[in-house]
Amino acid sequence: MIEVRLYAAQRLSAMILAPLVIVHLILILLAVEGGLTAAEILDRTRGSIGWAAFYGIFVLAAAIHAPIGLRNVIREHTGWRGEGVDKAMIGLGILLFVLGGRAILAVVVG
Amino acid sequence: MAVTGTERPAETMSETGTLSVEVWRGRDDGRFQSFTVPHRANQTVLDIVTWIQRHAEPALAYRFACRVGVCGSCAMTVNGKPRWTCRTHVGKVAVDGHLRIEPLRNLPRLKDLAVDMTPFFEKWQAAEGRFHPTKTRRDPLSTISPSSPKRQAADAGIECINCGVCHAACDVVAWNDDYLGPAALNRAWTLVNDERDGGKRTVLDAVSQGGGCHSCHSHGSCVEHCPVGLNPTRGIAGLKRMTLVGLLSGDAG
Ligand code: SF4
Ligand code: SF4
Ligand code: FES
Repeated sequence: MIEVRLYAAQRLSAMILAPLVIVHLILILLAVEGGLTAAEILDRTRGSIGWAAFYGIFVLAAAIHAPIGLRNVIREHTGWRGEGVDKAMIGLGILLFVLGGRAILAVVVG
Repeated sequence: MAVTGTERPAETMSETGTLSVEVWRGRDDGRFQSFTVPHRANQTVLDIVTWIQRHAEPALAYRFACRVGVCGSCAMTVNGKPRWTCRTHVGKVAVDGHLRIEPLRNLPRLKDLAVDMTPFFEKWQAAEGRFHPTKTRRDPLSTISPSSPKRQAADAGIECINCGVCHAACDVVAWNDDYLGPAALNRAWTLVNDERDGGKRTVLDAVSQGGGCHSCHSHGSCVEHCPVGLNPTRGIAGLKRMTLVGLLSGDAG
């Protein structure tokens, strides 16, 4: 029952993403308003297990959520269905995970 | 207006002007044909189509049977919206004395206003929308309490007349050929709530395929248009919930 699994993964990742996105946006606002420099930000993120975990979960949830949603959009609005689109979406998920993971490593380990 | 005996209200008989009516002729590559039809009080859209067929264009193809909102065969697109024409009063839908009548959306056109309902009923079957008996005629009748929550959920969706209006109103049906559609899924929902039905798992498996209940966007166009006031969206949400519970409890998957 792949469709039920995808549906469950989509809903679960959405529930995780919603609060994380809000915190993420507030953080950006605070950092910009507070006039933090890149160096000051890196100072806070380097070696922080908390930020690594926060953005690690964020990236994982996004890498699950986005391809499932895009798969639905593609299947509904283009003639592209079947294995091809599934494989492409698995590829997209991996890509998002790798790029997101690289960004986290850059600010946490750097 | 009070009506006594066989006497009919005077306005029913009197003509109150004319309507300009455009009717789709032909199949996919057809065209609209215009007619001027006498407008009478309490006239339905089906009355209009019948008038045209009897007085202006005998070759006009359309479908109806009961004329009282029971058989579900008279649905057409009227001024852009899917409707049961036998119960749709012209006065409610005509815009400035104008009507545009087309075949139902999302189904193959046959001729003029008649569509092929085969895909609609095939999806009904693909959703396992048929009773799965568990007893023989020698068994005693099941006793089901009308007030049990399951029976009430089934009752809420049971009065479907298979008119296809929701199917025509649903964008996901238009986008995705595989989507089972609101009517078939609504039927599946009544079955999984029917305690006499032995095919709950079969039905849930059927509606969990690609194009099953999880494809529904819950945007409620089916509810908005269903002429008998059913709520397929709620039933489909119920199916999603049931399949999810099945997955989490290891029952399905
Ligand atoms: S709620 Fe679901 S079934 Fe109803 S019209 Fe929208 S997508 Fe179609
Ligand atoms: S659910 Fe309503 S609109 Fe859809 S086929 Fe049944 S009666 Fe018609
Ligand atoms: S003719 Fe039977 S429902 Fe309209």
